[in-house]
Amino acid sequence: MTAEAAARVGVSHTARFSPAWVAERLQGAVLHVAVISLTVAWMVPAAGLLISSFRHFTDINQSGWWTALAPPYNFTLENYVQVLQSSNMGQSLFNSFMITIPATLIPVTIAAFAAYAFAWMKFPGRDWIFLALVGLLAVPLQLSFIPVLKVFVSIGLVVQNWGFVGVWLAHTGYGLPFSIYLLANFFRALPSDLFESAEIDGAGTLTVFFRIVLPLSVPAIASLVIFQFLWIWNDLLVALIYVGGTKSVAPLTVTLANLTNSLGQGYNLLTAAAFISMLVPLIVFLSLQRYFVRGILAGSVKG
Amino acid sequence: MSSVTYDHVVKRYTSDLTVVKDFNVEIADKEFMVLVGPSGCGKSTALRMLAGLETITEGQIRIGDRVVNHVAAKDRDIAMVFQSYALYPHMSVFDNMAFPLQMKKMSRSEIDKRVKQASGILGLDNFLKRKPKALSGGQRQRVALGRAIVRNPKVFLLDEPLSNLDAKLRGQTRVELQKLHRDLETTFIYVTHDQVEAMTMGDRIAIMNAGILQQVGAPGEIYDHPANLFVAGFIGTPTMNFVPVTMENGNAKASGFDVKLPKPVGADKGILGFRPEALTDRIQDDGSTLEIKVEVVERLGSDQFLYGTAGEDTITARVDPRMKVAPGDRARLGLDLRGIHLFDSQTEKALL
Repeated sequence: MTAEAAARVGVSHTARFSPAWVAERLQGAVLHVAVISLTVAWMVPAAGLLISSFRHFTDINQSGWWTALAPPYNFTLENYVQVLQSSNMGQSLFNSFMITIPATLIPVTIAAFAAYAFAWMKFPGRDWIFLALVGLLAVPLQLSFIPVLKVFVSIGLVVQNWGFVGVWLAHTGYGLPFSIYLLANFFRALPSDLFESAEIDGAGTLTVFFRIVLPLSVPAIASLVIFQFLWIWNDLLVALIYVGGTKSVAPLTVTLANLTNSLGQGYNLLTAAAFISMLVPLIVFLSLQRYFVRGILAGSVKG
Repeated sequence: MSSVTYDHVVKRYTSDLTVVKDFNVEIADKEFMVLVGPSGCGKSTALRMLAGLETITEGQIRIGDRVVNHVAAKDRDIAMVFQSYALYPHMSVFDNMAFPLQMKKMSRSEIDKRVKQASGILGLDNFLKRKPKALSGGQRQRVALGRAIVRNPKVFLLDEPLSNLDAKLRGQTRVELQKLHRDLETTFIYVTHDQVEAMTMGDRIAIMNAGILQQVGAPGEIYDHPANLFVAGFIGTPTMNFVPVTMENGNAKASGFDVKLPKPVGADKGILGFRPEALTDRIQDDGSTLEIKVEVVERLGSDQFLYGTAGEDTITARVDPRMKVAPGDRARLGLDLRGIHLFDSQTEKALL
């Protein structure tokens, strides 16, 4: 096609090495460099942790992790073996799951119902209650430890009697304000026509919730589940207060913290243990990632 | 019987915000009634009160003989098509149409039968498995219609169903909706702000403005005998010419011309109205003429629009396209006296 013909049919190619062409390429390059360097900056500590976890105790003490990347390669699985065998890791991992899964599901479920009510049902004082709830976001949870623990003890809701129920309740309480806030905002953004249409179609409140609101809110709920899961999985403070360090009940975070204390300099074990602990959130994130479907509402209410 | 009656219906949000005022209309069984008016005139609110989506502040709405003021939306035996279509985005076309039937706990085979039937009528057979986002605007609109059809309702409510379609599709759908109305033999109540849709589709039209019903009647009746200045100006394109006049000896005197009134009126001032097509390039037998100074000429092939002034008044004329006229000309046009209207300058009501 001649240049003239190209111009006639409206096809425009930026000429090679023209200033516009260079600017275009440069913009792309700058963007790529920025993204890649950010990624690297985030990856370095994780990579260092991973490599250290495969090094001998003596090596870790003598040189930085990056030296292990040059020969002679001197890696070992000993840290992992030792951690998994000796330091109560299996039990802690199990405890962490036992704490985290219910403490994620309970508040997210309650929050979904509550958020639907706040977003789409009319009842007296709705806005004030919601405002109070949002206000709770600003309360530092440390404030609640002593009073809540006192109540728990006085009614006998302690680990010895009830296992993890106390910590589930505590995490539910701490997680609800944010969860309700996030979901209510998302539900509110759903087009009101859908609700009116469903009302005329004869769907009751529960039907609307389960058949329309929930399926359309999968991305919001998935991100909330990830937030809540990560926060509880990585939580040390709440677990320490409500569960304590007894071997049979201590979650991973508590056991990890004890690892450094009891072994002092032995952070070769800590690296391996930390990496094991990191794996779980990673798996959760990757497996829920596919629910972040963009444009799930597309096609509902626009022409 | 599925007539609909609005009996002194009022919708008030706060003491000084009343969006529908004393609304009275009787819509006959199987009638195609169009509620039309500018945006914010209360037409959608009137429809939503009938649908059960808004409460009724005062008055009664009856479907057939049953007062529905306190009947839940789902029990009113109505179906509504929303401007936005309001399709359930996560459900397939089939499931969208099946949803209202599932809510009625209908058997699977009956649901299947009804959805297939509706999709056949609407030409959606090949799209039943698709999600709404994989459909074009026109197809989505038909799914919304299908969801209403499957319920076999007594009354169809349509809230500006065509405004999200492009012009060509809108024309087609207009015709299809009329066919559908004929085939279904059901009462249709159709809300629009587009007077062309109102004129072409309605058996009768109800025109609203500022919450008040202005006139109800067949399209031709409203066009030929508008009850007031608002209706006269709202219906018809280009809009009717309005010229302030004073009355002298049975003549209406404007700034640039005189018109002999067909019958005496009891007012000494008024607003004379005549449609652009009441002006012709032939002088009428009774001799009413007016001269306009032509400013703009628009030739549309079938018509020719002249925009100009007569005295101090702006005039639009719709004349034979063969008339030779150019901007700057002075054109003498005949005025068909059968097409003149006179409105009271205070109450704006028709005087002739």
